[in-house]
Amino acid sequence: MTHKRIRVLVAKPGLDGHDRGAKVVARALRDAGMEVIYTGLHQTPEAIVEAALQEDVDVVGLSILSGAHMTMFPRVRELLREKGAEHVLITGGGILPEDDIAELQKVGIGRLFTPGAVTDDIVAYIKEAVPSEN
Amino acid sequence: MFDKKELEKIARAKAAWDKKAGECRERDALFETVSGLPVAPLYTPADVAGLDYERDLGVPGEYPYTRGVQANMYRGRLWTMRQFSGFGSAEDTNGRYKYLLGHGQTGLSVAFDLPTIMGRDSDHPYARGEVGKCGVAISSLADMEVLFDGIPLAEVSTSMTINAPAALLLAYYVAVGEKQGVDSRILRGTIQNDILKEYIAQKTWIYPPEPSMRIITDIMAYCAAEVPKWNTISISGYHIREAGSTAAQELAFTLADGFAYVEAGIAAGMDVDTFAPRLSHFFNAHLDFFEEIAKYRAARRIWAKRMKNKYKARDPRSWLMRFHTQTAGCSLTAQQPENNIVRTAIEALAGVLGGTQSLHTNSMDETMALPSEKAVLIALRTQQVIAYESGVANVIDPLAGSYYVEYLTNKMEEEAEEYFDKIEALGGVLKAIEKGFFQKEIADAAYDYQKKIEQGKRVQVGVNEFKLDDEKIDIDLLKVDPAVEEHQNKRLAKVRAERSEAEWKKALGGMRQAARDGTNLMPHFLACARAYATLGETLDVLREEFGEYKETPIY
Repeated sequence: MTHKRIRVLVAKPGLDGHDRGAKVVARALRDAGMEVIYTGLHQTPEAIVEAALQEDVDVVGLSILSGAHMTMFPRVRELLREKGAEHVLITGGGILPEDDIAELQKVGIGRLFTPGAVTDDIVAYIKEAVPSEN
Repeated sequence: MFDKKELEKIARAKAAWDKKAGECRERDALFETVSGLPVAPLYTPADVAGLDYERDLGVPGEYPYTRGVQANMYRGRLWTMRQFSGFGSAEDTNGRYKYLLGHGQTGLSVAFDLPTIMGRDSDHPYARGEVGKCGVAISSLADMEVLFDGIPLAEVSTSMTINAPAALLLAYYVAVGEKQGVDSRILRGTIQNDILKEYIAQKTWIYPPEPSMRIITDIMAYCAAEVPKWNTISISGYHIREAGSTAAQELAFTLADGFAYVEAGIAAGMDVDTFAPRLSHFFNAHLDFFEEIAKYRAARRIWAKRMKNKYKARDPRSWLMRFHTQTAGCSLTAQQPENNIVRTAIEALAGVLGGTQSLHTNSMDETMALPSEKAVLIALRTQQVIAYESGVANVIDPLAGSYYVEYLTNKMEEEAEEYFDKIEALGGVLKAIEKGFFQKEIADAAYDYQKKIEQGKRVQVGVNEFKLDDEKIDIDLLKVDPAVEEHQNKRLAKVRAERSEAEWKKALGGMRQAARDGTNLMPHFLACARAYATLGETLDVLREEFGEYKETPIY
């Protein structure tokens, strides 16, 4: 369903505690008029998907700097699919090698933002990718 | 320090210059330090008119230690070249340590993987996909023995970046020493063990603050008696800075944490001079050259003054602040990564001119991966070029007396004191953490910094200026073998099968009892280590007794 404002879940999966980027993005999205829910740290993929469904979000943004991205992104995609939430856009960022990004996009992950990315671009991408009343 | 008449003359000359310079066009740039402190074009004696050499600077190796903590600093001994490293299995990392030692590194520094840091065995469900990725996987004493195989603990000093599980990793190190026939009294090294900054910035906690502080004071008491050459805490600002703080915040929050540990030690019944000489510090070396140098000098002066005057320490070793420095990871770019070699060199130089006792230089590829062999060699060589070719190590505190540097040192001290007042008004560090004070300051500073970059006000070479179209990154990156997870699972199964069940049960039981009755936990960490209880098994006992910390996120 389309919302008046785009709803985004910003999540930190796994054991990685580096949250500077996730917080900056969460704030930028909020400043851009989106509804943002930040899960906090140390979330399992299951907990992230549960929160995404509960909050009825349009977008899930994962922040991963620990090297666990090839496990985490596909798992979240899989779980959302299982729960019939295929429409949810999965985006994210962190330390993600180019080759891995290509692999992830093959399995239905959206655009990913790596060091040097600009919050304006993330905002623009989400606004373009998500149908909303705004 | 300056004659009144001289100052008047200088003021007149400055006023005349102000007029002339005011008529010149200025570049369209941000004339601020990286932390946002406005920077004037010129500094003169007037900016440091109140400076008293003996009171504010003194000589190196003497209170207030502004100019350095050892009498002859690098003339006597260069800083320790201590590259933080670790990846994959203990075998992999042992190989890297031997490589670095062979190339002239003078101290070891252990990076553990996320499961280890978070107190989980390599085969725990939460460890899936994370084993060996950010550091070395250590799940029991067996792994530790492999890590230091062929490395004589009697001859090296080792820093271990470990916080919530620090007591256990120290126990593993002592146990490895035992197996090498080395008495714990001669072991040299550091455990980071700075839990306060975990809640504030690094976020690798397990237990809530109170029991965590108890573990730390237990470690202090134990080491004072049994491992007297060991630095029990590396009170850290590095991570606070990496999370986005300004230099002043890094300085203030780090020292505030340090003073909180001092108060905890005293509250636990120890004489301050029993444990304070073995507290050490760890700062970031970010890009604003002079701001960083001023920060280190201010840090030494603030610590000395408070330790002497507020905490009444009598031993000069309690007053002097020894620190390790790491160049700023957050200043590096993924674009045109070779430029990071230059950034790291400038930052390392600041650390050296600031009088650091030990230094880690980042590798150029660290925005993308853990350092490759080639990249870490360049990083090490950077230190060696500074040490042996540049001449800066031949004179102690050479920037002392610079009007700008002394002005900035004073300014940093002032800003830190303002923060100390704020923290005190909130009820101290633990209360301030609860209220989210530090976390909000850091989040605001991080957002502000990002905005400045996106608005083009702050230049990042290769990122928002001087970019390359269609850039192709052409460096070989380190890849961690995914087989390490399977390798660890096998080793864990072996450890569990071969150990004495009776000894293991007794050790864990003893830990639980001590957790409840308040007796020192360290002997029990050692018993668990020797009984080959795994990291997860040992720390789970304390999870059950102490509970687990959950943060309320602030952004």
